Amino acid sequence: MIAQETLTPEEMAEIDHEIALVPMRRAAAIEALKIVQHHRGWISDDSLQAIAGYLEISPEELDSVATFYNLVFRRPVGRNVILLCDSISCYVMGYEKIYGQIRERLGISFGQTTPDGRFTLLPNACLGTCDHAPALMINNELFRDLTEESLDEILDRYH
Amino acid sequence: METPLTQHISFDRPCYNLRDYEKNGGYQALRKALSLSPESITNTVQASDLKGRGGAGFNTGMKWSFVPMNGHYPVKYLIANADEMEPGTFKDRMLMEGNPHQLIEGMIISAFAIQANISYIFLRWAYKKAGRLLTHAMEEAYAAGYLGKNILGTGYNLEMYLHTGVGRYICGEETALLNALEGKRATPRAKPPFPQVSGLFGKPTIVNNVETLCNIPHIINNGPDWFKSLGKGNDAGTKIYGVSGRVKRPGLWELPMGVSMRELIEDCAGGMANGYRFRGALPGGASTDFLVEEHLDINLDYKSVAAAGSRLGTGTMIILDDHTCPVGFVHNLEHFFAQESCGWCTPCREGLPWTEKILLSIERGEGRPEDLQLLETHTRLLGPGNTFCALAPGAMEPLQSALKYFREDFEKHIDQKKCPWR
Repeated sequence: MIAQETLTPEEMAEIDHEIALVPMRRAAAIEALKIVQHHRGWISDDSLQAIAGYLEISPEELDSVATFYNLVFRRPVGRNVILLCDSISCYVMGYEKIYGQIRERLGISFGQTTPDGRFTLLPNACLGTCDHAPALMINNELFRDLTEESLDEILDRYH
Repeated sequence: METPLTQHISFDRPCYNLRDYEKNGGYQALRKALSLSPESITNTVQASDLKGRGGAGFNTGMKWSFVPMNGHYPVKYLIANADEMEPGTFKDRMLMEGNPHQLIEGMIISAFAIQANISYIFLRWAYKKAGRLLTHAMEEAYAAGYLGKNILGTGYNLEMYLHTGVGRYICGEETALLNALEGKRATPRAKPPFPQVSGLFGKPTIVNNVETLCNIPHIINNGPDWFKSLGKGNDAGTKIYGVSGRVKRPGLWELPMGVSMRELIEDCAGGMANGYRFRGALPGGASTDFLVEEHLDINLDYKSVAAAGSRLGTGTMIILDDHTCPVGFVHNLEHFFAQESCGWCTPCREGLPWTEKILLSIERGEGRPEDLQLLETHTRLLGPGNTFCALAPGAMEPLQSALKYFREDFEKHIDQKKCPWR
């Protein structure tokens, strides 16, 4: 299969920077996936082929890496990604109520994106802020000690 | 009471920059270490009885002593394991957000002790603030000559890089972490060879937990006897203990190693929240056995917790209260472990989802009496010695102890064909 997309000069420059830090091209695989996802929002089959070609590994091998990690998105995501912690401390402190409220408010369950592309909702393992459970992240922002009131206010900040 | 790890941490102000850190004694330990022989640093750390704070509890100096020092290995690596992802664990985040230079200084000394010239911080993606602060602190350390070529004029060179992961619990397992750093799937490696001899890119490598490395400057400054005197019972030093769940004040505290469980829960965390009763706790993260009321007076050191049938693990405790269903609690844990299994070996890949399904059916009131026997069989089949790494045996620890201490709650679900908590 021939790649339908190529990497942009900017993406290549960033990947080259990572390749220079490791003894072999393929060792930059995860960094390359992060870089392209940062620019394109997710990793399409075409993007995957382009990265694999650039790193001189097979697309299958790169896909086995891409699908292994929780935060490499192999499907398109919304403009904002909600990562709701569903691990034990948040379970004890009632994350299920927060989940219920998000479902009601946005009409999406785990793994789904709102029809307007505003939010994707994903479950996430322990966010490491257990003394302030329940917690979630939206994009790069952490929100803790969630309550029904604070959740509404937080969601309103994202468009 | 001395609190070396947190004495310069306060979240009421920005964390110390390089100048503040130096004013408070920062990088003095590095200056001292660089005047010593690498072997004598390793000996000092070994004599201090510092044990790995990531969960396994192995003597840190002894781990370092397995790195070949005969000059035949020009490339060696030192890695800080900052992939904190054990559910219920949040201590390394505090150390990195509170005082990033302490970790960096600990890493430089440790790298010098094994004569490594390249070091990595393997950081969890979710720790954005820690990532920003560490990046800035590393820049300061480079500019001041604590990192890079010819450190403080001694001829010793060390590069330090920050690697941010893309999320997978198994990356915390040290050989899986090495595969992730090599750009591969994070499946654990067979041991031997141990990473100390053949680690990252086949070179001698030491992987240490963040809290472990943060202890190093203090041991170099004050000596092994001082470090030992900090502990209360069987173990040396202080420990960052944590409590989460339905207590009055969830949080983290630096306490003498070996403080009692009762002191931690009642004095530090303020006891149970109003209206909630204590039923049990996982003392050191999701992959440790439950301790219950009869254990409240045990000391939280490696040996005492093991004698009570559990593990100190990461030292961050998760409380089970009487409003929370123990079956639902354990189901949540096994869901996590099943999802995070790397899939490499069969007992873990197949056994964990099966365990999760049985627990879910019991929780939904669809359990059969023979399911408890089936779960017990799993705790043996997925136990130590049957799997490639410690993930599945760790996953079985809360389950096997829940079946022991909360058996009648499991039976009630099956008898009543519903969860009594719902």
